[in-house]
Amino acid sequence: MVAKNNNVVELEKVVVRFAGDSGDGMQLTGSLFSDAAALAGNDFMTFPDYPSEIRAPQGTVAGVSGFQIHFGHADINTTGDLADVLIAMNPAPLKKNLIWVKGGGTIIVDTDTFTDKALVKAGYESNPLTDDSLKDYNLIQAPISKMTKDGAAELGLDNKMVLKSRNMFALGIMFFIFNRDLKSADEYFEVKFKKNPLVVKSNKLVLRAGYNYADTIEALNRVTYTVEAANLKKGTYRNITGNIATAWGLLAAAERSGRPMYLGSYPITPATEILQEITKHKSLGAKVLQAEDEIAGIVSSIGASFAGAFAVTTTSGPGLSLKSEAMGLAVMTELPIVIVDVQRGGPSTGLPTKSEQSDLFQALFGRNGEAPLIVIAASTSSDCFFYAYEAARLAMEHMTPVILLTDGYLANGSEVFLIPKVGDLKSITPPLVEANDADYQPYRRNSEKLNRSWAIPGTEGLRHRIGGLEKEDGIGNVSHDPMNHQIMSEYRAEKVERVANYIPEQEIMGEDTGDLLVVSWGGTYGVMFEAVKKLQGEGKKISLAHFHYINPLPKNTEDVLKGFKKIIVPELNMGQFILYLRMKFPQFNYKRYNKIQGLPFMEKELGDKFNQLLEEK
Amino acid sequence: MSNDTLDVINVPKLSKLDFVSDQMVKWCPGCGDHAILSSFQKVLPDLGFKKEDIVVVSGIGCSSRFPYYVKTYGFHGIHGRAAALSSGIKIANPDLHVWMVTGDGDSLAIGGNHFIHALRRNLDINIMLINNRIYGLTKGQYSPTTPTGKVTKTSPQGTIEHPFNVGELAIGAQGTFFARAVDTNPKMMTRIMYEAAKHKGTSLIEFLQNCVIFYNKAHGLITARETKYDNQILLEHGKPMIFGKEKDKGIVLKGTQLEVVKIGENGVTEDDLLIHNEKSEDTGIHLMLAKMQPPEFPAALGVIRSVIHSTYEDTLHEIIENERESNPIKTVDDLLNSGKTWEI
Repeated sequence: MVAKNNNVVELEKVVVRFAGDSGDGMQLTGSLFSDAAALAGNDFMTFPDYPSEIRAPQGTVAGVSGFQIHFGHADINTTGDLADVLIAMNPAPLKKNLIWVKGGGTIIVDTDTFTDKALVKAGYESNPLTDDSLKDYNLIQAPISKMTKDGAAELGLDNKMVLKSRNMFALGIMFFIFNRDLKSADEYFEVKFKKNPLVVKSNKLVLRAGYNYADTIEALNRVTYTVEAANLKKGTYRNITGNIATAWGLLAAAERSGRPMYLGSYPITPATEILQEITKHKSLGAKVLQAEDEIAGIVSSIGASFAGAFAVTTTSGPGLSLKSEAMGLAVMTELPIVIVDVQRGGPSTGLPTKSEQSDLFQALFGRNGEAPLIVIAASTSSDCFFYAYEAARLAMEHMTPVILLTDGYLANGSEVFLIPKVGDLKSITPPLVEANDADYQPYRRNSEKLNRSWAIPGTEGLRHRIGGLEKEDGIGNVSHDPMNHQIMSEYRAEKVERVANYIPEQEIMGEDTGDLLVVSWGGTYGVMFEAVKKLQGEGKKISLAHFHYINPLPKNTEDVLKGFKKIIVPELNMGQFILYLRMKFPQFNYKRYNKIQGLPFMEKELGDKFNQLLEEK
Repeated sequence: MSNDTLDVINVPKLSKLDFVSDQMVKWCPGCGDHAILSSFQKVLPDLGFKKEDIVVVSGIGCSSRFPYYVKTYGFHGIHGRAAALSSGIKIANPDLHVWMVTGDGDSLAIGGNHFIHALRRNLDINIMLINNRIYGLTKGQYSPTTPTGKVTKTSPQGTIEHPFNVGELAIGAQGTFFARAVDTNPKMMTRIMYEAAKHKGTSLIEFLQNCVIFYNKAHGLITARETKYDNQILLEHGKPMIFGKEKDKGIVLKGTQLEVVKIGENGVTEDDLLIHNEKSEDTGIHLMLAKMQPPEFPAALGVIRSVIHSTYEDTLHEIIENERESNPIKTVDDLLNSGKTWEI
């Protein structure tokens, strides 16, 4: 913290958490606060934390909806461990979120909501505002409800309606504390409530009432904060969630490959948004079937792929289980499809709204027979765009199903995204067969990649039959010949192995040798990066290898692993990637570190663990 | 394609041989599938489609070997999923003529869900459901159409389940075209296949097929030379419902139920008989006809229902075209730069 003058303190990074009942508009408040951070040129990441019930009982801990934003002048790679500021609109959100507030952090509450009844509902035995339990925090007790009503009183609207904008009063307080421009919120009201000027006015008034209130109260000791613009690369930016980035990456791949987009999907948390997003973009030619079930989602995609579309199915863990048999069909028919698995807590229905990395084994091995396919994983909300695109490229150029793993944390979280140009992305060139190609055979293979070709129905002179039965090498007739099955099984495996020649080598963040290598994959990238960077800054010989390509692994994986005295593999599961690495490279000694609570890793817990390993002899 | 005639593309007239693949047909001798295959290969040239525009799709089961024997594009899928495969193919490329071949196990048991939803969506695909009332490929277990009480390998004391009636299920699932044919009558089969091809929307043909090995004569009353006249009625649109060797029996509507009458008895004349209207939106009579079973009634053959509803792919196409016109987002670059963005 650097004091700029008497009352403005400059901060590197701040974590703010908005929490209320699920009807309190916390997601909107958070996103308007994010817009202001964007306007100020900050880097930021956000994460919503909402209940799995649509409208859980009001005032209970189960019904609390939260939104966390981590923003800064510095590079932001996580959504933040603990909050510097918590806004709790009611007692229940305070009860639920207090554990996520830093010691000494600021808590802003709406005192009007701390009635005896509400306290009981939230499960409080005594009033936390008066029982001294919050003495270690900077508690700001604001009568938000009353002042919201007062703030818009001149408009003569009914109280119930005005109270709906209570969240804007809280936002006003935050805008003052962080010296934010009110412009972005004003613009939002003007667009959103275009048809109702009175509502625009009331929201603007309430926002300002909050702002002015913060300016006058003494609780803040007249200190405010600024977070200067981050040092981001020049360009056009936007805020993007992992699910939207995934949807757009897929659409970009369709456009770039010249193959029309087909999506067959069944709604499932937390993947549904991809389906909803793609179906909006029919102007780009996307065809979407909301299938009758998960199986129809993937099987119709296989049909569409056979018919020449770039075909995708999106799902989460339980849905991936249902698609297993059909994935085998895609392996056997060697047709390109992308299967997006937005992982959530399992097994079974598990924790639908919480994140986990526990579908890795299912993705790698969850099929009958020898059924290898490509598995890749996105690592941040915005790089879901690039890995969705990459999944499509590999599927279409290598004629194979590809599983793209993301997770609930990436899917719903958002971050700043430097907008790419589609023309700058790698080209995608599917192996299409020309009409009347006299040499065409359904299972003739490319000598380098070992893929078969894509002969699309409707093309003259290429009529052929494929299916789930084993096919004769080359000509593709049904074959039960023993040696043929051996050959074809080896081809299918080798085809996927050779993809390693067409993907980047594994990068190391830090030195190539050292005392400890952190090996991670998928959605934990940001927090691994922060934890490792911090220790590197302290002079520790620690490096990070974060994997995006799981099957096949990058060609230099063994070289990456061999340069370190110790290797630790932290995962949000019971240890799946570690077992995979032990299988592939048994010569190394890996240490596991697993968390399975439906929560992301915290930078601190990782740092502690890494330090412990570094110190152990 | 108009509703009444096939849009014959200017292609050289093909023959049955153009659609016979080089694969050996591996069904049992005497299996009804041979006749269905032959009728199909025979009707294809008459449809006037380009041969590369035809796709034959199947699931799993004896009947699902079909695609290997037809020299078109073909896809032999997995158990129960032929309807989902066909849907994806048709949506991706509506210019293709998709023929799906399936059985009573494939489409009514393991694939029941896809089957009913395909009918409901009314994609312009043709479903040939070959119903032998038994599982053949797995050697003789009961199917969803096996009559109650029938002894099979998995019902040694007789089945205790109630069978589906294919027509009733299909019409209930919003099916727009339902026809029935017997595997013993190639002429009837080709005629109905032709009608199905003509129908714009999902057309379902139920073939009453005989499995000589595991359920011989499952449809014996309907198909046997000596009993068929009294136990089948070939429906024709706009014509009275007459059957019997002497053409002396008919179907009338009495109250809310169908009844078999003899022309000339009790003052019944041909004018009293029901006139078949396959185009009736109301499903009432169609359902009653689909459910008729020997020995009380003759089984209804021919086109029982053929109504025009919008097809999934045409409506989707319209929406896409409208969006292409009206939506300002024309490329993915437009999309990436849409909404709230800022410059650094």
